[in-house]
Amino acid sequence: MSLVATAGGDALIVARARERATEASRVARETSRATDAVRVADAGVPVLTLQGISLSFGGVTALDGIDLAVAKGEIRAIIGPNGAGKSSLLNVVSGLYRPDRGVVQLGSERFRHVPTARLAAVGVARTFQNLALFKGLPVLDNVVMGLVHRRRAGFVRQILSTPQARREEAEARAAAEEAITFLHLDAVKHQLAGGLPYGILKRVELARALVARPQLLLLDEPLAGVTLAEKRELAAHLRNARDAYGTTIVLIEHDIGVVMGLSDRIAVLDYGRKIADGTPDEVRSCQAVIDAYLGVAHEGETELVI
Amino acid sequence: MTTPTRSASLRWLTPNRFGLSVLLIAAFAIIPFAGSDYLLDAVLTPFLALALAALGLNLLTGYAGQVSLGSAAYLAVGAYAAYNFNLRLHGLPFLASLVAAGFVAAAVGIVFGLPSLRLRGFYLAVSTLAAQFFVQWTLTKFGWFSNNNPSGVIDAPPLAVAGLSFSGPVGRYVFSLTVVVVATLLAIRLLRSQVGRNFIALRDHEVAAKVIGVPLLRTKLLAFGVSSFLIGVAGVLWAFAYLRTVEPAGFNLDRSFEILFIIIIGGLASIRGAFLGAAFIVVFPLLLSRFGAALLDNVFDSGVLEMSQRIVIGALIIGLLIAEPRGLIALVDRVADKIRRRLFRPQPGPIRS
Ligand SMILES: Nc1ncnc2c1ncn2[C@@H]1O[C@H](COP(=O)(O)OP(=O)(O)OP(=O)(O)O)[C@@H](O)[C@H]1O
Ligand SMILES: [Mg+2]
Repeated sequence: MSLVATAGGDALIVARARERATEASRVARETSRATDAVRVADAGVPVLTLQGISLSFGGVTALDGIDLAVAKGEIRAIIGPNGAGKSSLLNVVSGLYRPDRGVVQLGSERFRHVPTARLAAVGVARTFQNLALFKGLPVLDNVVMGLVHRRRAGFVRQILSTPQARREEAEARAAAEEAITFLHLDAVKHQLAGGLPYGILKRVELARALVARPQLLLLDEPLAGVTLAEKRELAAHLRNARDAYGTTIVLIEHDIGVVMGLSDRIAVLDYGRKIADGTPDEVRSCQAVIDAYLGVAHEGETELVI
Repeated sequence: MTTPTRSASLRWLTPNRFGLSVLLIAAFAIIPFAGSDYLLDAVLTPFLALALAALGLNLLTGYAGQVSLGSAAYLAVGAYAAYNFNLRLHGLPFLASLVAAGFVAAAVGIVFGLPSLRLRGFYLAVSTLAAQFFVQWTLTKFGWFSNNNPSGVIDAPPLAVAGLSFSGPVGRYVFSLTVVVVATLLAIRLLRSQVGRNFIALRDHEVAAKVIGVPLLRTKLLAFGVSSFLIGVAGVLWAFAYLRTVEPAGFNLDRSFEILFIIIIGGLASIRGAFLGAAFIVVFPLLLSRFGAALLDNVFDSGVLEMSQRIVIGALIIGLLIAEPRGLIALVDRVADKIRRRLFRPQPGPIRS
C-alpha cells in the first residue's frame, strides 16, 4: 500500500506540518477537543464504542487494546498501513472475530462477542474488502437481500403468497429500487451480479448495505479499485446517505485525499495499536502518523506522495 | 416493462410459457392416447419419478449449495413410508399417504442435514452417506417396514385415488405426471420467493448471508427438508407407479449417484435442467441398447454390450461437461438463442435466465 494523495495541497500541508509537528498537533488537539465536547453533547450515547479490544492470531497481534467511540451521524475513517488491523477491527464489530479481550458496545447493548446473526436487527450493515455478493442473483435481488432480516412471513406463507408475504416482498422491492436508483445502478439491475465489473459490484454491495437504512454502516475499503471519478461520486453518495438518513459511517480507506475530504474524524492504526484519533487536520499533522507512513515508505517505496 | 399496446393475454404468453403450455398439452392430452405401453411404462413414468427426485436434489445442491449423496435414502424412505401408511392406516386416502410419506422423508432429511451446520463441500457429501447406509440397513434389518418380508421387498397395491383407478400404464403415467407438475409448480414458487433467494445467498456467500441476517440454521434445514420431501414423493412414484415391487437394494448408492449425475448433466440450479438430465439418463441407455442390439447383436454377447454401453455413456458425459460445464440446459439455451437471433435478427431476443 502507499499513502496516495489525490490533492496536491495535502502534500504541502503535511510536509510543512512535519517541521513543526509537535506544536501543530498540540494546537490541533486542543481545538478538536473543544469540538468533540459539542458533538458528544449533541449526540448522547455513541453509536459504537470499543473498549480495550485485543485480538491475536497465533503469534500475530492484530489488535492491541483499541478504544474507539463513534458518535451518531459521524463519518469516521480508519486508516493505517497494510496489516495494521483495520479489517480485523470491523470483523470484531460485526462479530466475525471474537476479541481476546475488550467489549463492543452497539447503541446501548454491550457484547464480548457480537452475535453476527443479530447484527442487521441491531441496525448494523457492512461491506467487505473483497466483494461479498451473491453472484447467482440479479443485482436487484442482491439488494433485496439487504432487507432479509425484516422478513416475517415463513416459507409456507411465501409459497401460498399470503397478503403479508406479498406486502413484504413489495416493500423490499420498492426499497431496493430506490437504493438502486440512488447509486445509479438502474441499467444493470436485472443482470446477474456474477458478470459485472468490479467498480459496479462495489456499488451494488453498498446498495445492499444501504437499503436497510442502518444506524451504523461499516465499509471496508468501499472505494478501492474504482476510478477517481467514481471515487468522488461514491464519496458524495456516502455523505448524502449520512445527511439523508442520519447513518453513522465507519470506513476503511487508503486514499488519504478522499479520507481527508470525507470524514469528520480519523483513527489511525499501526501494528494493531491506535496511534492517532482526531479531526483530519489533527491527524495530518500528528508526528506518530507521519512516522508510521514514513516507515512504510522506507521499506519499499521510492517516493512518498503525501 | 411491457409495452401498453400488447394485450394482457399476449403479455402472459412469453416464449417460455408458450413452450411449457405446448409441452403440458402434449403430455396430458396426446401422449396418454398415442403412447405405447412400453413408452409409458418403461420410459416416461421412470423419467417423471427421476426428474422429480433430481428437482429435489437440485434445490438442495444446485440452489442452496449443500452437496448430498443421500438421495436414494430419501427415495426409499418415501416409498416405504407410503407403503406403511397405506398398509396400516386403513381408509387413509392414497394422496394423503403420498404427502405424509413426503413429510417423513423431509424429517429424515432434516436429521441427516444437521451436520451441514458444521460441514461443507466434500465433508458434507461424505456425511450424507450416513443417511444412505443407515436407511438401507434399517429397512433390511427391521422386518416391520416391509411387513415382515424376509428380504425387505414390498409389493405396492394398485394405484387408486378417490375411487378412480390409476392401475394401468396410462393411469400410472397420468398420476405421476400430475404429481410431478404440481410439485414442480410449488418448487418454482418457492425458488422465486425470499426463501429461494436465501438458498442462493447461502450457496454464493455464507458469511455475507449471515451478516445481513439470513437465518443460516433454518435456511439450511429448510433446504434439506424441502429437498427430501420432493425426493420422498418421487420415491412413492418410483415404488407405486413405476416398479410396483421394490427392495431396499434398489435404493443403493448407485441410485444416489445417478440422481447427482442427472443434475450435473442437466445443469445445476436449473429446474429445466433436472428434467433434461433425467431424460438423458433414462432415454439414452435405452436408445443405445436398441441400436447396439440391432447393429452388433451377432458380434457381441449381451454382457459386453452392456459394458460398452456404459463406456459410451460415460464418455458422452465427460465430453458434454467439457464442452459445457453448466450442463445440457446451457447448451440448449445457447442453441435456442442462436436460432432466435437468426430468426429475429432486427430485434434481439430476451435474455433467458
Ligand atoms: N483470519 C485471520 N487469520 C490469521 N491472521 C489474520 C486473520 N485476519 C487477519 N490476520 C492478521 O492480522 C493482521 C491484521 O490484518 P487485517 O486484515 O486486519 O489488516 P488490514 O489493516 O485490514 O490490512 P489491509 O490494508 O491489507 O486490508 C495481519 O497480520 C493479518 O495477517
Ligand atoms: Mg483490510
